[in-house]
Amino acid sequence: MSLLALFRRQRTAPVARERLQVLLAHERMAAGHSELLAVLREEILAVIAKHITVDRDKVNIKLDRGKDMSTLEIDVEMPAKLPLVKGAAAA
Amino acid sequence: MAKVLVVTSGKGGVGKTTSTAALGAALAQAGENVVVVDFDVGLRNLDLVMGAERRVVYDMINVIQGDAKLAQALIRDKRIDNLSLLPASQTRDKDALTEEGVARIIDQLREKFDWIICDSPAGIEKGAMMAMRHADVAVVVTNPEVSSVRDSDRIIGMLDSKTLKAERDERIEKHLLLTRYDAGRASRGEMLKTEDVLEILSIPLLAIVPESVDVLNASNLGAPVTLNNPSSAAAKAYFDAARRLRGEQFEVVVPIEKKGLMGRLFGRRVA
Repeated sequence: MSLLALFRRQRTAPVARERLQVLLAHERMAAGHSELLAVLREEILAVIAKHITVDRDKVNIKLDRGKDMSTLEIDVEMPAKLPLVKGAAAA
Repeated sequence: MAKVLVVTSGKGGVGKTTSTAALGAALAQAGENVVVVDFDVGLRNLDLVMGAERRVVYDMINVIQGDAKLAQALIRDKRIDNLSLLPASQTRDKDALTEEGVARIIDQLREKFDWIICDSPAGIEKGAMMAMRHADVAVVVTNPEVSSVRDSDRIIGMLDSKTLKAERDERIEKHLLLTRYDAGRASRGEMLKTEDVLEILSIPLLAIVPESVDVLNASNLGAPVTLNNPSSAAAKAYFDAARRLRGEQFEVVVPIEKKGLMGRLFGRRVA
């Protein structure tokens, strides 16, 4: 460390403050998403279950938030032969 | 009516246990009937900080599993009559903390005490969840440092979603306790200021506890700082915090640690 550096103390607190603000804005949004995703997942599963019997683990829901566009991806793996829920076909 | 208060932080080493001891003692010194409860199963330390480590016979897990009565596990403080400690188990693991067991103990404690202060373990696992589960009031202990502030933010989110109060759509009272604060370093821009932390976390400030040798001395001796050195700046901060928890409203002051000439000359480098 040079002698000069001893006298020129760096003010690092403003950097810490800004980094935290950016990071936490992100993390809070992500936490909100996970709640939303859980709700969406349950409701989508309920709708599907009304008509088709599917394995709960075969339903994947992903929320991607981009700068210009966000996407909600719903991926349902169907059984090879559709085991329809009784009565659903008639409805 | 009894109040359940959780002292929590997410991050370890920020001062949860010393703050639990000091707040518990300060409330007891104000005449309240207080019990401090250690939830850190496997790594208990509240007994040590309170100076009761050689008096532990039964612990919370013994009570949960029916091996001891609650009254047998409670340790009454030798200095203040109306302050008790319920130690955690040092040998069991966190799975022994069952939801029903903890609920039963909290219910029983509510009948005996005015304040039930739960010292949370670090982290966001079961022990921390159990410590905050029944809380009416939360004290979030935070250091003016990036990782501590981030973890506090996470814990605040959990207090708002995972506690019984939150699940019943009731508001849980939250307070920020800023610890290990160095006013000099904050004013020189080397440490986050109180305003910075408050703006980021946006919960009301309970008190500012200075980084202080008095806190360490108190732990060394096994006495809460409010008992060991009541005139110190740190003790004053905890007395103020206790008054605010009891409903008094007055302005928070930034504590200045008084330093001697030598401290002023050399303090910067070691701090």
